[in-house]
Amino acid sequence: MTAERMRELLLQGTLDTLHMVGWSGLIALVGGLPLGVLLVLTDRGGLLANRPVNKLLGGVVNIGRSLPFIILLVALIPFTRLLVGTSIGPTAAIVPLAVGAIPFFARLVETAVREVDHGLVEAALAMGGSTGTVVRKVLLPQALPSLVAGLTTTVIVLIGYSAMAGAVGGGGLGTLALTYGYQRFETDFMLLIVAVLVVLVTVVQLAGDLVVRTLNRRERADA
Amino acid sequence: MITTTDLTRVHRARGREVTALNGVDLHVPAGEIFGVIGPSGAGKSSLARCVNLLERPTSGTVTVDGLDLTALAGRGPRAGRELRAARTRIGMVFQHFNLLSSRTVRGNVELPLEHLPGLTRRERARRAMELLDTVGLADRAGDRPARLSGGQKQRVGIARALAGRPKVLLSDEATSALDPETTRSVLRLIRDLNRSLGLTVLLITHEMEVVREVCDSVALMERGRIIESGSLRDLLSRPGTRLARELFPPAAPEPLAAGELLLDLELHGIDPAASPDPVGPDPLAEILRALPGAEIRSAAVDTVAGRRAGRVRLVVPGATHRDGGGIDPDALAARFRGRGVELRVPGTPDGARGTGVPAPAAPAPGAFGEAPR
Repeated sequence: MTAERMRELLLQGTLDTLHMVGWSGLIALVGGLPLGVLLVLTDRGGLLANRPVNKLLGGVVNIGRSLPFIILLVALIPFTRLLVGTSIGPTAAIVPLAVGAIPFFARLVETAVREVDHGLVEAALAMGGSTGTVVRKVLLPQALPSLVAGLTTTVIVLIGYSAMAGAVGGGGLGTLALTYGYQRFETDFMLLIVAVLVVLVTVVQLAGDLVVRTLNRRERADA
Repeated sequence: MITTTDLTRVHRARGREVTALNGVDLHVPAGEIFGVIGPSGAGKSSLARCVNLLERPTSGTVTVDGLDLTALAGRGPRAGRELRAARTRIGMVFQHFNLLSSRTVRGNVELPLEHLPGLTRRERARRAMELLDTVGLADRAGDRPARLSGGQKQRVGIARALAGRPKVLLSDEATSALDPETTRSVLRLIRDLNRSLGLTVLLITHEMEVVREVCDSVALMERGRIIESGSLRDLLSRPGTRLARELFPPAAPEPLAAGELLLDLELHGIDPAASPDPVGPDPLAEILRALPGAEIRSAAVDTVAGRRAGRVRLVVPGATHRDGGGIDPDALAARFRGRGVELRVPGTPDGARGTGVPAPAAPAPGAFGEAPR
């Protein structure tokens, strides 16, 4: 394989991976954030304490978390086909990736929100704040550094999952690795793919750490 | 301003029932600083938290500024719109300040303003700056709370509590995390706000020092009940109550030489303004002059609610009553009765004589130097 061809394949693969990870990460954020907050609010002693709802949400999250991703990938094929029209290609892979990432991120959100000092919630309630106020002005801003760290972890997990999506024709770097590395023994190319993945993960982790550090430093110092 | 009737609060923790409040009837008049003191676990904090319904009373009613909050509460743990509106007019400060680290000092004060209707961003900022100015922290508006000292954090907490122009301030152990010096300055601020804004303050504390410093009235709580209560002035002129005893703990027993007479003076609120001349009508000065050679062994005198109150223990030499040549404590006591001073020979609660013998053990050693403020 020519270097030219390799570069072309790598570029396309990386873009596909970013496409899958980006969209599924966004959906995980939009879906997981309220789910995680609800898990805290509906828990015993929470502002919206509701045992049945809490059990139901917790159950859904646990099912989502306990399925190995590769199985989820296969199990969701009919659902994906219904939603996207096909089960092949990067866009189709977004569906199982998002479904897998929502409960994962929701649990991280739950942990982050739970760590917010209850005294702050009480202070907001004592000054006449509603549940919405507490969530928007206390829980989320106070948990922001942990939430960013959780999102970073989620995105990195998604990069890993997206490679698995290659097994069912998801495209991206995973498909490249399977086609060229596993089926055609092109070890050089395989190593390149590994290098790209390492770079991707490192960049995401560093960026996430940087944001978390900035947020934490801001809280300790002047604005 | 704050009235609770038969307030009862029962917690249920792991199947066991704990009664935090057991039929509390509290009445806090408008404009007063009302202290609630008691050992930890007495239900003091539950009482404060029931006043703004952060804790739901199991039974009984809470009325603040004529509004029956328990009727507004609705069912379930969530606060309805009316209760939330009522809460904006009840400020609360906390032991651990509870400031948001994600916001600046000014942002923290703006938080309660954000759910008041009809305030623009600029109005909120201006009001927050005014409030910070009131507590003397306008120059720290842009700082994060983490950069402030404990006393400064509590001042921000107070500024935040005042945002909704409340008539009532609930202070739940607000000075318990602060050192004595800072405690005094925060209490002084609360006293100033009480005077300048007519703010009614319900002050929860476990320190008698705090009560002595700022309170007009005080209630003693134990095991979910109010055991004693009254204005400080009344408590002082009503000796024998637990609160009076704890405000001014009795002195320890004294070894006496033969012929010496021990005299305890209880000051029940001498008004210093009424006796501007220090050696004039001040009964304390008069007593000292009537007892030549008398020595002050210990004294705990303080200005409480604008009046001097406390205990002074005197040893009068060569005054053995039995010899006849000394002084007559009964006559002296009669002379000063009704002038805010009571004389007593220790160990004999009715003031009967007893000389040259050590007094029986007092319940608590509590003599400390005079600390006028």
